[in-house]
Amino acid sequence: MKRYLILIAYEPMDWSTASEEVRAQFFEQHGAFSAYVAEHGKEVASAALDDADTATTVRHVDGEVVVSDGPFAETAEMIGGYYEVELPDLDTAIEAVKLLPPSYSLEIRPTISIT
Amino acid sequence: MTDEALERVVREEWGRLIALLLARYRRLDLVEDALGDAVEAAARTWPRDGVPDNPAGWLNRAANRRVLDRLRAEAMRQRRAPLLVTEAQAGQERTAAMADTGDLVEDDLLRLVLMCTHPALGAEAASALTLRLVLGVSTYDVARLFLVPEPTMAARITRAKKKIVAAGIPFSVPGADVLPDRLDTVAQTAYLAFTAGYAPGSGPDLLRADLAGEAVRLVRVVLAQRPTEPVLVALLALMLLQHSRRDARVGPDGQVVLLADQDRSRWHTDEVAEALSLLRSLGPARRMTQQGAAYVVQARIAAEHATAESAGSTRWERIVQHYDLLLQVAPSPAARLARAVAVAEAQGPEAGLAALDQVRMPSSHRPASVRAELLVRSGRVTDARAAYEEAIALCRNESELAFLHGRLAALGRSSP
Repeated sequence: MKRYLILIAYEPMDWSTASEEVRAQFFEQHGAFSAYVAEHGKEVASAALDDADTATTVRHVDGEVVVSDGPFAETAEMIGGYYEVELPDLDTAIEAVKLLPPSYSLEIRPTISIT
Repeated sequence: MTDEALERVVREEWGRLIALLLARYRRLDLVEDALGDAVEAAARTWPRDGVPDNPAGWLNRAANRRVLDRLRAEAMRQRRAPLLVTEAQAGQERTAAMADTGDLVEDDLLRLVLMCTHPALGAEAASALTLRLVLGVSTYDVARLFLVPEPTMAARITRAKKKIVAAGIPFSVPGADVLPDRLDTVAQTAYLAFTAGYAPGSGPDLLRADLAGEAVRLVRVVLAQRPTEPVLVALLALMLLQHSRRDARVGPDGQVVLLADQDRSRWHTDEVAEALSLLRSLGPARRMTQQGAAYVVQARIAAEHATAESAGSTRWERIVQHYDLLLQVAPSPAARLARAVAVAEAQGPEAGLAALDQVRMPSSHRPASVRAELLVRSGRVTDARAAYEEAIALCRNESELAFLHGRLAALGRSSP
């Protein structure tokens, strides 16, 4: 088994105005993903993130800790959530994320244990 | 004699031996070195002791011993290295799914090819890694094929191997729902290596045509695992038709010889015949991926050229029809440009120029170079001269530049 962090990026959309149908479909697709992961391995953690404008970035600049508003990078797409999963291999992970909504861009990163 | 025997067994069995070692030890970082050491040992001992009865078996045993030595040494150092993901780990579901489909052949060599050509690897890295691991082409030769320094290529191959282990790219044959797509990627990877060998370059041109032959061999190896796979059959036909002209496409001074001017007696007719028979075996109504269909149409175009008695008797109308079909199956600027050339041959330069107006290839010198030729043919010398100058300004390839300068100079002499 390998452990992967799946980062979900998407163009921000307004949930509050999304139709009931669109919402239901999103939940269904996430449900299908979770079921597939449970069948082939296990889901370790997951979360949807609040909007990027709620993000705070902390950096060290010239020995000073600088706290600023906003995410790492301003891009059209933003990280909107993540899954951490344990699956046998990359192909299984790719099959799993194919079940998530097609409006997502997904990054599959193996995690490494630092001991 | 022993050198020849060793060379042959390395050429024919390298990929299978790598695949066997990987299936057993799952250590991508060890097996290639181990097999390399085994080959070195063979080069030392076979001339003295004679070629063994089973040369591949000998290499396999020697490589196995070498891997075990390394593993023992590692165990002593208490080091743990990440293992390659294999089917044994991937669980029972996958195996069961494969047994259900019945027609899937589980083969170590096919697994090796699919692992090396995984779409999670960059196309060029995948191509290089496949040539190295499956065919045993030296890193030096792979670097020459892709026109990069050897250390750059070595780093690229090492990085690809690391990614396979770190990302968990499996050493396995995927299910029937994904396999056709993956075989398309295998085909693309092989074709990338092939076209790299034929991108007109300076100096080592002939050597690179030789290396393009390695890409042909790669397709043969995979086809041996999946003998009726349409995309692979079509690709092999296409490659053989293009490859059959290798001796005629470069002149004595290393300059490019255009198709029309090539000495057709120097084409490899056995390869043409094999390609035509492959195309026939495909039949017309075969179910195919879009990519497979595109290879078939391109191969049919190449076959028209290969079977024409002379440049003059080429059936250009038919070639235009093939290009019309190709533009439906897989539209591309290069296909549109080639169609314009065919239209000019079939219907005259004015029709060709009209077709050329639809071609958009902003940074390429080719449309301007074709336009210049057609303008010459329709007698518009001043316009032609301007088009050649435009092409020369955009061209980055030395032998093509020499060709364009030659054409421009010839125009100067014959013009009033």
